[in-house]
Amino acid sequence: MADWEVVIGLEIHAQLATKSKIFSGSPTAYGAAPNTQADLVDLAYPGVLPVLNAEALRMAVKFGLAIGAKIARRSIFARKNYFYPDLPKGYQISQYEHPVVGNGAITVLLDDGAVKTIGVTRAHLEEDAGKSLHEGLADSTGIDLNRAGTPLLEIVSEPDMRSAKEAVAYMKKIHTLVRYLEICDGNMQEGSFRCDANVSVRPRGAAKFGTRAEIKNLNSFRFVEKAIQYEIARQIELIEGGGKVVQETRLYDSDKNETRSMRSKEEANDYRYFPDPDLLPVEIDDAFIDTVRGSLPELPDEKAARFAREFGLSAYDAGVLSASREMGAYFEAVVAALGAAGRNAPQAKLAANWVMGELSSALNRDNVEIAAARVSPEALAGLLARIVDATISGKIAKDVFESMWSDGKSADALIEEKGLRQITDSSAIEGVIDSVIAANPKQLAEYRSGKDTLFRFFVGQVMKVTEGKANPAQINELLKMKLAGGPK
Amino acid sequence: MLHNLSIGELAERLADKQISSVELARHFLARIERLNPSLNAVITVTADEALSSAAAADLRLAAGERGRLLGIPLIHKDIFCTDGVRTSCGSRMLDNFVAPYDATVVTRLKAAGAVMLGKSNMDEFAMGSSNETSYYGPVRNPWDTAKVPGGSSGGSAAASAARLAPYSTGTDTGGSIRQPAALTGLTGVKPTYGRVSRYGMIAFASSLDQAGVLSRSAADAAEVLKVMAGFDPKDSTSVDTPVPDYPALLDAPLKGLKIGLLREFFDGLESRNAKLIQDALKLFTSLGAETVEVSLPHLPLSVPTYYVVAPAECSSNLSRFDGVRYGYRCTAPADLTDLYERSRGEGFGAEVKRRIMTGTYVLSAGYFDAYYLKAQKVRRLITDDFRAAFEKVDLVAGPTTPTPAFAIGAKIDDPVTMYLNDIYTIGANLAGLPGLSTPCGYVDGLPMGLQLVGPHFSEAKLLSAAHHYQRATDWHLQTPGGYQ
Repeated sequence: MADWEVVIGLEIHAQLATKSKIFSGSPTAYGAAPNTQADLVDLAYPGVLPVLNAEALRMAVKFGLAIGAKIARRSIFARKNYFYPDLPKGYQISQYEHPVVGNGAITVLLDDGAVKTIGVTRAHLEEDAGKSLHEGLADSTGIDLNRAGTPLLEIVSEPDMRSAKEAVAYMKKIHTLVRYLEICDGNMQEGSFRCDANVSVRPRGAAKFGTRAEIKNLNSFRFVEKAIQYEIARQIELIEGGGKVVQETRLYDSDKNETRSMRSKEEANDYRYFPDPDLLPVEIDDAFIDTVRGSLPELPDEKAARFAREFGLSAYDAGVLSASREMGAYFEAVVAALGAAGRNAPQAKLAANWVMGELSSALNRDNVEIAAARVSPEALAGLLARIVDATISGKIAKDVFESMWSDGKSADALIEEKGLRQITDSSAIEGVIDSVIAANPKQLAEYRSGKDTLFRFFVGQVMKVTEGKANPAQINELLKMKLAGGPK
Repeated sequence: MLHNLSIGELAERLADKQISSVELARHFLARIERLNPSLNAVITVTADEALSSAAAADLRLAAGERGRLLGIPLIHKDIFCTDGVRTSCGSRMLDNFVAPYDATVVTRLKAAGAVMLGKSNMDEFAMGSSNETSYYGPVRNPWDTAKVPGGSSGGSAAASAARLAPYSTGTDTGGSIRQPAALTGLTGVKPTYGRVSRYGMIAFASSLDQAGVLSRSAADAAEVLKVMAGFDPKDSTSVDTPVPDYPALLDAPLKGLKIGLLREFFDGLESRNAKLIQDALKLFTSLGAETVEVSLPHLPLSVPTYYVVAPAECSSNLSRFDGVRYGYRCTAPADLTDLYERSRGEGFGAEVKRRIMTGTYVLSAGYFDAYYLKAQKVRRLITDDFRAAFEKVDLVAGPTTPTPAFAIGAKIDDPVTMYLNDIYTIGANLAGLPGLSTPCGYVDGLPMGLQLVGPHFSEAKLLSAAHHYQRATDWHLQTPGGYQ
């Protein structure tokens, strides 16, 4: 069996978060009743003309600057001609030969810790089509043009990815970036962020790419991974069985986890692209670009580097905490609320662990956004401060967090109310230890005859009696001494 | 008679309360009722709307408001969307289409108090030079009803020439205002590309289409253009540059005006036509202008260039007529493909189909470079030729058409011969330049036009030159027999 190399390129469609459409004044809000957000321009009435939404252009430039791309001073909208009922004009307005964003690149952190650079060939502005509706309609097809004319940024990668996992890492990074830039809400269920994957295989070391298949319209990270994996296996099996991959468009069926042929290259439309005479070439100057550059936020990579530098976090932790602007802001607010002491590594690490651990699981479990978290950064810092000053143990803190999450009370109030203050009085702990040892003579004998693992049994017993409130470090220290037959 | 008065004279009478706008509207509506059946120039008469907007204009006049177009009737070419009124574009495809909005041109004229009497016949989707491609049948030339009025604004031309309205609007993609104006003895103005908004004007070839006016004098055209022109944020190709006060600039001195005689226009020109143009230029010289010969070497390529660019754009512009959302839909479509094929097959006429097919072909993979791209390059060369000429002269002059109006049916089966009708007018569209046609005499008893073309945004100069010429001649004052 040959050793195959996989080659993947992605075309990501990010719906730009403009208030109105790219060429009309209709709103872009999702979920409205069919055809209530389509005006005469969206419906392609006779005589209407498109006018470019400057905000969409600004957002595209913002993206270009964030990936270090060349921004075209002059870009051109073309018409892509084809007939379909959800395409009212009979053509889609899209940038073809002269996109606004040229060559750029992003880096992704792979599972093995390696950092890989993936090239972005171009990113261009275009309008989305409407939707055909079949549900609940007998013998007819409904057309909803609410989405028609919604601005899209199509981000085309170089064929730089070598596995489904790399493709997902790249897509996630772009997802992070567009949300950082606040140019796309990233909502994949609503189709605001989706991709087409170009997949091919070739014998490792071959100079030429294999024939590719394009899998259309993947709208979740999981589907991207599974569809690509399926497609890789399909292509390898086909070639090894003596067949040939044909250039075609395929659809991924998530129910059956397979890709199916949609149309071959021969059946492909001749789109007859030509510059749209209704729109002048888009000219932008340095002043415009500088203004947009001035509006860029701290980017994910910059934030991760700063987290690592300032708080001594690992590259992985810094990456997770900077994966969204909101998460980064939450983390920084916790650190800030912990006070000056929070700026040293162990306490920042504690904050990081809690944000990535308890907080994230609670958010996931209850499916809430971090902005709506029921424990504020200040409240979480109040809890962590009690761990730092040894008022409670980390284990008790987890219970306190759950109560804070459900009751909205402060950590201090809950600790008082439930009497959770940690026992740090050595004589009190010693008393408990003495009674535990006295109650378990058999285990004591075994321990003393060399069965060291029973140490954990004694710790557990002490914890049980103290309801988890005894300081674990003190238990360890005192128990060792007592079990060894130290001073009574 | 009221219908022979100029816009200026009508405005004065309205201001002096010698007549009311309602009386004026009734007068022209009566003429339409009486004279239109033999001309087929007006395909929708909006009598009720006309009378109510005339009444509204009378109230504005009574309140002391004055405006050169206030209360004065007009006819719109049926290519302009008019809110609540059928806008057919001369096609079966839009025979049932009632526009839900007004074109910017319509809005501007409405705001100025203009009173729409109806919508005029036209070649289907403005594709034609004889008004014979209309779904509503050919328009007849008032000068000889066996002859065509030219096209595509043939209905507007016939209506203005027959005094069914003081003026009418038109559109010009390759000569569709100037050619019919010439063949019906009118003054026709095609402004600079971008001077008048295209919003609401049903697109034929977006990079060439421009709205303008067909009137009986340059002075009238100046009044109308002043209202029609101006930047429109709804049209990205409209230009944000101030609109000159055209009427006020009509009397600007002609002395020293340099007029270029287009050598290419005289090559092979029929001798009687050539003499009319030479006589006109002699008159200009006597009025103080200078004439010099200029050459536009690439101009002879304008017809083939145009018949690549215009069909390419139209093939895409007309894709929206698919039977899905509005307009003609075939009965009982079997499936989506059948819906498209029959709706378009039955809804469009032969000339429109010919151009859609030509355009689809020149844009298709493998032919794009050889046709579309090459045509764009030649278009650039023609534009450069004009630019170079305008470094030497203020305006260029030549005939508007090669021949006078021809017989209905004479050329309709020979598209290439038909296309050659626009040989002198297409250049201005390709270069985006303003052009004007003014009556300059007769051949075989039929009116002929002198064409003036100027640099971008030189409408004031064109109108002023034509105005000086019209003050020294009376060609433009002649009324076709039976329409006095």
